Amino acid sequence: MRKLWDIPGGIHPPEHKEQSLGRSLIDLPLPPIIVLPVSQHLGAPAEPIVAVGDKVLKGQLIASGNETISANVHASTSGIVIAIEERPLPHPSGMNGLCIVIEPDGADQWTELPSCNDYRQLEPPALLERIQAAGIAGMGGAGFPTAVKLGSPLKIETLIVNGTECEPYITADDMLMQTQATDIVRGIELLSFLLKEPREILIGIEDNKPRAIAAMESAVKEAGNEGMEVIALPTKYPSGGEKQLVQMLTGREIPSGKLPAQLGIVCQNVATVLAAYRAVRFGEPLFERITTVTGEAFTEQRNVKVRVGTPISFVLRAHGYDPKHASRLVMGGPMMGFSIINPEAPVIKTTNCLLAPSLQESPPPQPPQACIRCGLCAEACPASLLPQQLYWYARAEDQEKLKAHNLFDCIECGACSYVCPSHIPLVQFYRAAKGDIRRHDIDKKHSDRARKRFELHKERIEAEKAARAKAREEAQAKAKQRNREKAAPTAGKKAPPNDANDKASLVADAVAKAKQAPVTDQKAKLERKLLSANDRLSKLKQKLLETEHSPDQADAIRARIKEAELVSEAVRNQLAELPKDKAPVTPKALAVDAVKPEQAAEPSDALQNELQQQLVLTRKKLADIDPADHDGAAALQLAINVIVQKLENAKTQGPAGTSTATERASNIESDAITAAMARTLDKDKVQD
Amino acid sequence: MQLLTDFILQRSVAEAVMALVGLAVLFGAILGYASVRFKVEADPIVDQIDAILPQTQCGQCGHPGCRPYAQAISNGEAINRCPPGGQATINELAKLLDMEAPSLDEEHGEESERPNVAYIREDECIGCTKCIQACPVDAILGAAQQMHTVIAEECTGCDLCVEPCPVDCIDMIPVEITVTDWTWKRPADDTEIAQLIATDSGERRAGAAS
Repeated sequence: MRKLWDIPGGIHPPEHKEQSLGRSLIDLPLPPIIVLPVSQHLGAPAEPIVAVGDKVLKGQLIASGNETISANVHASTSGIVIAIEERPLPHPSGMNGLCIVIEPDGADQWTELPSCNDYRQLEPPALLERIQAAGIAGMGGAGFPTAVKLGSPLKIETLIVNGTECEPYITADDMLMQTQATDIVRGIELLSFLLKEPREILIGIEDNKPRAIAAMESAVKEAGNEGMEVIALPTKYPSGGEKQLVQMLTGREIPSGKLPAQLGIVCQNVATVLAAYRAVRFGEPLFERITTVTGEAFTEQRNVKVRVGTPISFVLRAHGYDPKHASRLVMGGPMMGFSIINPEAPVIKTTNCLLAPSLQESPPPQPPQACIRCGLCAEACPASLLPQQLYWYARAEDQEKLKAHNLFDCIECGACSYVCPSHIPLVQFYRAAKGDIRRHDIDKKHSDRARKRFELHKERIEAEKAARAKAREEAQAKAKQRNREKAAPTAGKKAPPNDANDKASLVADAVAKAKQAPVTDQKAKLERKLLSANDRLSKLKQKLLETEHSPDQADAIRARIKEAELVSEAVRNQLAELPKDKAPVTPKALAVDAVKPEQAAEPSDALQNELQQQLVLTRKKLADIDPADHDGAAALQLAINVIVQKLENAKTQGPAGTSTATERASNIESDAITAAMARTLDKDKVQD
Repeated sequence: MQLLTDFILQRSVAEAVMALVGLAVLFGAILGYASVRFKVEADPIVDQIDAILPQTQCGQCGHPGCRPYAQAISNGEAINRCPPGGQATINELAKLLDMEAPSLDEEHGEESERPNVAYIREDECIGCTKCIQACPVDAILGAAQQMHTVIAEECTGCDLCVEPCPVDCIDMIPVEITVTDWTWKRPADDTEIAQLIATDSGERRAGAAS
């Protein structure tokens, strides 16, 4: 007899197991609808690979788990995909999640399965691939993808097969071992081959399942495997926890934050072992499992083989569920299970039990009272934690302290809540605190990334600014260079009349003219104001005539007329003052003065000459300009057009002698605008 | 020289003073060297404050980003101007700076229950790139005249892209809780305990009266 170790803490709740063992295992009939969630396992959800309206066969892959930690989902009967949508999930949140809904056609027609008569011909990677393809996830309740767990590169010395099933009420694994012990042993041999023959294979079963132990022992004897040993464990909750089972069987405690594989140990549930065997031997995917339907609220309590995706409500009806009798409806056991919020949610790969205890069996929880610091929780804790301390820190939301007290080593077995004389829901506090800490950590990661991105963003903006400044400088330097090059040959080659004293004076003129612009603007503004004032005046006068018979209104209008007249007068005065004010100083007035005598002598010829000269100059500039400088070229072209236009005007008006000094002046103003456009190009020359 | 030596030798006080000064210089040099050689890079307070701030970079505190606000806090600014962080951040800051935790200054905005994420109604986007320029964490993807979209993973929900959009096609949507990020709720506690005690005493009184 093998030496067994004990675990700290643990409890002995009433077992209630015989309730569901009284009847034989049967197959549940085909439900009218099958709802397959794409996420029935731990890790990333699978991606649907069928579309609405597709016909699927039993065992066909319908959603594929593409991530490292994910599992495939298969159709559990043949039929038509009628929807891929959000449906209620069997989850403590009661939320909806993506499901593939199949309407069975009743034929239950199989897809072709890749069977394999001798798996020993295959390499371990090929075997793992078959297990992965079958979508097998831990069937004990956690739902961790089996292929990932078995694919660990670490050397495994000990394979532990978990048949403890320590939670009250549940007998699904017990029933499985009683009925399919031979195949389970074959599955263990397969895993042993896959893990390159571990030194020892231990099958742990609690001693409250004598029939299962007997069946397994005889199957092991039949197989004649020396390294395999069935071990009856003393019944104690939670011996079925992975860490606890390892400790009981090997005496080694899994350190905080480590996996059993790091100690050379792998632990698999019996149902998972069987599913892996069927996947390799027959190519059968995981779409069916044994579920215990138990509790006094059912008229018929038993174990059933149920297809994954069967609505829970269908299972309930088939077993005479009476909601009036039930204190609650739970998926999983009474210790670690969760209440089902919507019974339309389906049975999934990890549904080992549907429990509906009557009010006598499971009275509603009593209201919590204050902690009396009795310390029973610390005695019951199988992970040797300090539940009472954790409770205070969880209430205070002190995440640092919770981490320091190893909250994450809590397996949420509920032993502390079970023994608490004050009925404090301790484990609920720990679950909530764990969730808060996880969320906090995720937020922290997110905010760290945001900080980094913000810094990078700032750096990028700075770099862009610097690059723009540099480009501007370079362009300036290039323009200077170009002008210098241009100035040299022009001076040497030809010296047209005005070019000698040359560009500098020309540019100075242009600048002076451009400065003129604000004055012109002001004048135009005043003229517009005057015009509108006069307009308003005439309108008001018109109105006054119309409303003569109503004296009140007429008075108001008369007042407004007075006002408008005043405005008009003021504007006219301003306008009259403007040229006089500026006359002595502005270049424009000078230009007007300069033109006057010229005009007296030869009204249009001088103007035409000047315009011709300008035209030639501008054309030359256009010819010289950098062909890449499109904006400059366009501005110069515009200037040429304006000059040509003016030349036309001068030609037509000139002979008639209508061109007055003011008109000439306004012509020069337009020239100023043209020059201002050219100025942008000539800026560098000014700086020279 | 002779005089000085004599002076020192004759007076033991001077000797002692010289010895002490010599020792002081020696130890001063050792300590000075050690403080340079074994310098411990302490986490500056600004970094610690910045680590607590939520890095939304929304500017609701009146600073252009979280780090400038951290800088301002270290210079004595109020710690209750961060609506995205809410009371939790204020509490943490108060703990770090060892001061009383004030409540959130509503002038700078209200704390929202759940974080938001920007969503661009892509049909309406005209591709003006204005939101891209406004985003402090470069979480908007797009080019001129092309449709833009938000990288939801990187969006901090700061709201800064909503204002510049000329066609108002950006919505701030609260992040939905899915099955994967759902967590257990804390059980209701104290209130129930208090009620129970009140009821008990009430019953006892009723029992005594009868």
